[in-house]
Amino acid sequence: MAVTNTEELGAVKEPTRRDFIHVGTGAVAAGGAAMFAWPLINQMNPAADTRALASIEFDVAKVAQGSQAKIMWRGKPLFIRHRTPAEIAQAKKDDTAALKDPQTDAQRVTQSNKQVGKEEYLIMEANCTHLGCIPVGVDESGYIGEYGGWFCPCHGSHYDTAGRIRKGPAPKNLYVPPYVYTGGTVVKIG
Amino acid sequence: MSGPSTYVPKSGFEKWLDTRLPVVRFMNDTLVDFPTPKNLNYWYTFGGILALCLGLQIVTGIILAMHYVPNTALAFDSVERIMRDVNGGWLIRYMHSNGASMFFLAVYIHIFRGLYYGSYKAPREILWGLGVIIFLLMIITAFMGYVLPWGQMSLWGATVITNIVGAVPFVGESIKIWLLGGPAVDNATLNRFFSLHYLLPFVIAGVVILHIWALHVPGNNNPTGVEVQDVKKETLPFHPYYTIKDAFAMCVFMLIFAGFVFYGPNTLGHPDNYIPANNQVTPSHIVPEWYLLPFYAILRAITFDILIIDAKFGGVIAMGGAILILFALPWLDSSKVKSMRYRPVARMWWFAFVLNFLMLAVCGAMPAEPPWTAISLICTIFYFAYFLVVLPVLGVIEKPLTPPASIADSIFQASAAHKKPSQVSPSAVPAE
Repeated sequence: MAVTNTEELGAVKEPTRRDFIHVGTGAVAAGGAAMFAWPLINQMNPAADTRALASIEFDVAKVAQGSQAKIMWRGKPLFIRHRTPAEIAQAKKDDTAALKDPQTDAQRVTQSNKQVGKEEYLIMEANCTHLGCIPVGVDESGYIGEYGGWFCPCHGSHYDTAGRIRKGPAPKNLYVPPYVYTGGTVVKIG
Repeated sequence: MSGPSTYVPKSGFEKWLDTRLPVVRFMNDTLVDFPTPKNLNYWYTFGGILALCLGLQIVTGIILAMHYVPNTALAFDSVERIMRDVNGGWLIRYMHSNGASMFFLAVYIHIFRGLYYGSYKAPREILWGLGVIIFLLMIITAFMGYVLPWGQMSLWGATVITNIVGAVPFVGESIKIWLLGGPAVDNATLNRFFSLHYLLPFVIAGVVILHIWALHVPGNNNPTGVEVQDVKKETLPFHPYYTIKDAFAMCVFMLIFAGFVFYGPNTLGHPDNYIPANNQVTPSHIVPEWYLLPFYAILRAITFDILIIDAKFGGVIAMGGAILILFALPWLDSSKVKSMRYRPVARMWWFAFVLNFLMLAVCGAMPAEPPWTAISLICTIFYFAYFLVVLPVLGVIEKPLTPPASIADSIFQASAAHKKPSQVSPSAVPAE
């Protein structure tokens, strides 16, 4: 008897209509599960009211020379430091020093449109780039570090007057948020 | 039915695991090889549908709890924030609120199916009783969930229902204050209701496990009400036969569910609950959600004192009794025949009972004034009479049809009846 059965010949079995239904049903079920899972996961992303707080406006003229303001942006504090000419000069002088995260003072006050903003106003996120504590700065009681900028009390990171990391465990300079001066001394952050 | 396990560990790991924690064996015996009567119809798919409902309510509920604030000053706004600001929040909330309705729709079908096919009778009394406990827990959970959005219906529904407790003689008032955490429904009440609303679904899940356990000892009842006699001939493995049948029923059920969620998400709700709670003004017409209307009608039907029991407490007893009487049902129904398929008289009474239950729901939705008060009372009396008079007496006086000797017999008869016309027609052709 001639062997015609593909199975007996050891060949690959032709897919049957039942196989097609199995694969089709499985695919629809998997697609449906994925589509259902998406809103269940996405709901944990920031909600519309949270996203609406993404940018703020602030008048830097409110900050007196030699002091700093802390304002809230996206649920986190920002430093707005009005630097003295001596502090700016010191920061510029250190542009050539050995820096852990090299940046010039001009880069530290660059707006999000790539133009240098106002060098007397240093705008930065207030969280230490090590593990997120708030470093101590001017106007505050406590040690402000060897470089006259900020000192993080949690793990001892020293920042200079341009907010650059100079000593301690932090890997990066204090982050500069995207901002742009919209006219005069009003700055739009975010 | 739980017989000897048919599980054979395949891989080395499965063998190793099986001698330590036979969890694969357990799942296999429960969900794969479990011998299930061949003749289950689509009314038997609602158990699976209910498990799906519970799962969906827990998943969507946990998500809502991530965004909801159980505080009288913030609750209403936090729910509106879920609807407007949270990504996909409107979908998740509408699934949860309509999910409660779908859950009850399914559970009512499941209960009435049990009543029709006599699924509460020996040896399934515990199975039935656990089901009644689940139903009770569902009512309490749904009621507390309805309070959380802190709309007008939430506040006043909670006020009315918690006053039920106050109707208990002597200690009622102190229990009520203990329950509310103050003299009125307020922040303390909202907080504890939220906590309990989160807890109870997991309690339900626990009782569901017992319910399934109690189901798997005697095995499924079936439309004939005749127990399985020959496992080989009369049952099929649960998977794939009933997993697929259940899955298909779930798809159809989910279509209806989706219809409500997407095309009528507030159809089953009450518009007054979109008005923030105001403890100085009561809505003109307080109604519970549709699924509690029959019991609400029973509560309101008692408008007169019965001996030393005043009308208020009488209503509470009637409402509680309407659910608690289900526990006694296995011993109230005296018939030896399980399925109403073979009880022509009882079947008529069963249909009347379903219509009566629907009528109670209508009464519950209507204002408490004539003629609805009288209709409510008549329907309430019939409700109790069905359990206390009709079923006990019918078992004695009714002459039931003879059920098939076995499930196999009933399948054979059905297929024979099916084939008859086609067998007749060939002989009919030459005659022409």
